[in-house]
Amino acid sequence: MQIWLIPALPLLGSFILITLGSRLPKKLIPAVGAGSVGLSALITIITGYGFIGDSTKVIDCLVWQWIDVGGLSPAISFHLDALSLVFIFVITFVGFLIHVYSAEFMADDDGYARFFAYLNLFVCSMLTLVLADNLVLMYFGWEGVGLCSYLLIGFWYAEEKNGYAARKAFIVTRVGDTAFAIGLFMLFQNFHTLNIQDIAHQAEQQWMVGSQTAFIISLLLLGGAVGKSAQLPLQTWLPDAMAGPSPVSALIHAATMVTAGVYLIARTHVIFEFSPDALLIVGIIGTATLVLAGFAALTQFDLKRVLAYSTISQIGYMFLALGIGAWSSAIFHFMIHAFFKALLFLAAGAVIMALHHEHDMFKMGGLRKKLPLIYWTFLIGAASLAALPLFTGGFYSKDQILWLSLAGEHGNLWFFLFALLGAFVTSIYTFRMLFITFFGNEKTHVHHVPGSGMNIPLLILAGLSTVGGFIELPHSFGHFTAFSDFLKPVLPSVMVLEDFEGIEWIVQLIAAGVALSGVYVAYFFYILKPELADELKSSAADLHSFWFSGWGFDSLYDKLIVKPYVLLSNINKKDVVDKLYEAMVWLAEFFNRLLSYTQSGILRWYIMGIVLGGILLLTISLFKG
Amino acid sequence: MILILFIVILMVAGILAWMVARTSETLARWISLSALLVTFGLSVYVWKYQSSLEGQWIAQFILPWIPSFGISFSLALDGLSLLMLMLTFFLGIFSVLISWNEIKERVGFFHFNLLWVLAGITGVFLTMDLFLFYFFWEVMLIPMYFLIGIWGHENRRYAAFKFFIFTQASGLLMLLAILGLYFIHGGQTGIFTFDYFQLLDTDLSLDVARWLMLGFLAAFIVKLPVVPFHTWLPDAHSQAPTAGSLILAGLLLKTGAYGLIRFVVPLFPEASAEIAPWAMLLGVVGILYGASLAYAQTDLKRLVAYTSVSHMGFVILGVFAFNEIAMQGVVMQIITHGISTGALFVIAGTIYERIHMRDISAMSGLWKKAPFMGTVGLVFVLASLGLPGLGNFVAEFLTLIGTWPASHVLTILATIGIVLATAYSLRLMQKVFLEKTEESRSFTDFSLREKIIVIPMVVLIIWLGLFPQPVMNTVKKLIANQFNTEETIIIESDDDGVQ
Repeated sequence: MQIWLIPALPLLGSFILITLGSRLPKKLIPAVGAGSVGLSALITIITGYGFIGDSTKVIDCLVWQWIDVGGLSPAISFHLDALSLVFIFVITFVGFLIHVYSAEFMADDDGYARFFAYLNLFVCSMLTLVLADNLVLMYFGWEGVGLCSYLLIGFWYAEEKNGYAARKAFIVTRVGDTAFAIGLFMLFQNFHTLNIQDIAHQAEQQWMVGSQTAFIISLLLLGGAVGKSAQLPLQTWLPDAMAGPSPVSALIHAATMVTAGVYLIARTHVIFEFSPDALLIVGIIGTATLVLAGFAALTQFDLKRVLAYSTISQIGYMFLALGIGAWSSAIFHFMIHAFFKALLFLAAGAVIMALHHEHDMFKMGGLRKKLPLIYWTFLIGAASLAALPLFTGGFYSKDQILWLSLAGEHGNLWFFLFALLGAFVTSIYTFRMLFITFFGNEKTHVHHVPGSGMNIPLLILAGLSTVGGFIELPHSFGHFTAFSDFLKPVLPSVMVLEDFEGIEWIVQLIAAGVALSGVYVAYFFYILKPELADELKSSAADLHSFWFSGWGFDSLYDKLIVKPYVLLSNINKKDVVDKLYEAMVWLAEFFNRLLSYTQSGILRWYIMGIVLGGILLLTISLFKG
Repeated sequence: MILILFIVILMVAGILAWMVARTSETLARWISLSALLVTFGLSVYVWKYQSSLEGQWIAQFILPWIPSFGISFSLALDGLSLLMLMLTFFLGIFSVLISWNEIKERVGFFHFNLLWVLAGITGVFLTMDLFLFYFFWEVMLIPMYFLIGIWGHENRRYAAFKFFIFTQASGLLMLLAILGLYFIHGGQTGIFTFDYFQLLDTDLSLDVARWLMLGFLAAFIVKLPVVPFHTWLPDAHSQAPTAGSLILAGLLLKTGAYGLIRFVVPLFPEASAEIAPWAMLLGVVGILYGASLAYAQTDLKRLVAYTSVSHMGFVILGVFAFNEIAMQGVVMQIITHGISTGALFVIAGTIYERIHMRDISAMSGLWKKAPFMGTVGLVFVLASLGLPGLGNFVAEFLTLIGTWPASHVLTILATIGIVLATAYSLRLMQKVFLEKTEESRSFTDFSLREKIIVIPMVVLIIWLGLFPQPVMNTVKKLIANQFNTEETIIIESDDDGVQ
């Protein structure tokens, strides 16, 4: 199978939509947009079929030699293995569902063709990112998805604040990209290649565990990863990115692009394995982010912002998994998260559309009866996010991370405790959101009930969020490891410490208890005693607003970096260097005027000048003599 | 023979256009356009033909001129000159097209100046006689002075004077250095000649080389421009007519870059190795300083002008990193910056033609009325922020990855410059094309003529981003020749060149 077709088809779709654009008949626009991604998904599934049973398989595909100079020879060349297969499956399949959903969701928008053009371009870039066989091509895709994210966040460009959010997203992630780029420079200096497989081979020959170079390079790659994946300290752009249309939030800012950082680290895990310190930092960043974002999500009132913080928090879990070397657990959670988070965003989009672009949860309420299908699918997604035991995908993927953060060879108790705290908070904010939105009294009238074009993707995703978890069951029951076995040729599995063997069920019980008690807390505060929630809020108003602002990172960066830079460049708008040349001009004119006084035409002055000059000359000659 | 043809065609067409403009202005435009189309076609033909050749030099043309002083009319073409020529004629075509409706006064004289600037630039890129080089250096200066001074915007006199004084003063320093080299070489060998190839073998003590190099450097870094010698540029760029800005940004700056590669480094290898850390430092200062100034500007053309200062910082950074990858990056940067910045000036010019303003805070929402222009604008804004897939990325990435072994600190700072580039580029996009549209203002999208200008530019910048290899192969031999002799320098400055 020609795997280059997988990214090429959406590119073609995008090209058609950009060049022909609104001249296409309206029905053809989503057909091109969704159709191209659908075809890619089809090819992916056919190709993926060949991997079942033999996941050691690798498909390489050189399309053309991109650059070849002085030993630097990145090609437009794709490398498909088990890891990238999981990613392209999620990208094309979930991407296709979201395209289908968008066909109805965006139908009344002026920029219908533009929307699908950007969305297709995004899918192409994302596929390039995960299929790239060298880091320069990966960087290509990496920047491409950043661009599409910018374009789609600012899709409704007439609003100034959308433009601001879009620029913020692009610039903040580019800060991370700078680190990534410098990491590439270092890698090239060390290995004289940027081919990922070659780097892995050479690193194994040249480096020792604990190598300083490995540590620095790992941190630089991590810098790129935290930017794209909205982890501390570059997480601030994601909540604002919700200015884009909901399908965009689902596809880019939940399911795929924001997990690019996870992919990067998993893909270059060989480098990270040489630096336990860097891995520890990955784990710490993940843990800190998952807790911080969880608390921030607790206080939001904008439905999509809750989901945004929840995304940051869930990617925190993936980073934690990476940090403890549980590579396949991170990828497992990525996949399940893609299903349920895309579902939640799409359902939220349907709600927002039904209520005339109302984002405020406290103006919703009682939608359970008006939008039953949305309610049920949202509930399934929420249950998965909160990791309610046994019947949700999120339970299996998150449970694995919790367990390994304690019992894995790189685990420790702190990771486990904070992850548990995060799980508790997750479950509270998830059901807080659910209860406020779908229960209680109706506050805004429903004016539009979504049709089948939106419902079917929701149903499929709801199904996947549930059964998706069953492909990897824990040791304590089932012991079915299809997913991690599948990834084993690419990602080594993590050892479980002997001390913990046999107590996995206790940890699971604790995790399940924590999740359920979170639901109860939410139930208590938002259904049983809503007035208590308000009281709590006003009694800790400072803390509330601190969490609400995402722990004050925005204003910190504003004061520390943005404002000084803008101020400085505005002060120097007229370019201080030019003053130097102006001074030279002024000086020349000054002497010109000064000397022109001497040519006054008055004879007395001339005579005096001659006499004075004569005296001066005489004096000098006297002294010299 | 074909080499002299390039120059002669342009000069003759210039005179012709001036003469016929009295009877028909349209004819003058067509004459200029066809002259440039012919020269462009010729250069593409040569490019097709050269790939089969071995060795660095493609063609040579020597005619004795003033033999008693050792001055000859010596032209030679290698990959670098060829790329520069193609860029010159390519942008030349568009500079005629963009002036089609914009220039209404003294049309004949305008085209005369336009073609003579281009002829001067062509000469600069071709000549291998240092006296002739200086001659052409002046030939491109004076018509440019008229282009700015006569057809420019409100403050054109000031800008034209400033441009003239900066380039003339620095050019004189170069003349002194050329004469110095001439006499030293003459004294050593008894052969008094301005011939580039013979002067390459001049035996210079480091001390003398240092001073002579500074003379050359002065002319080139003012032209490039390198901070702090850049202040002529924002005025000249923003005051010049669109064609003038296009040529200034796309070509005149590149003569500085070309001079560094062709003259400074080969003539004074030791002295330039010595100054390299400082030159690279100036490059980085330019990248950051230019970016910060670009962010503050409200005049669209001035903004783009400062982005040039920033992008040209990469050129001097890469030239003095002394390795093959960085040098390839520099050559790419010269070409891609010429196209992308040229295109931004074209857009600024077309906007000015429509609503007579350059103030970006007064524009907004042009996308809605002119989506085609918006899309093109987006492409070149992205080019300027170095998005992969467009030529500028290849240029900047190669420059940076090549500079890394020479100096880690400077590379990191230069890479940060790309974040700043993102900030100013997106600000431009936002203010001009996005936000609320002023519905009452009438604003039309690109006309067919304007589309003919921008579409090739868009295609080319994407093509260079995806298939840069043919361009890099064109200069491969030249760069390989340079670095065979300088292998030692790369190794010596392997780690932490500066600080």
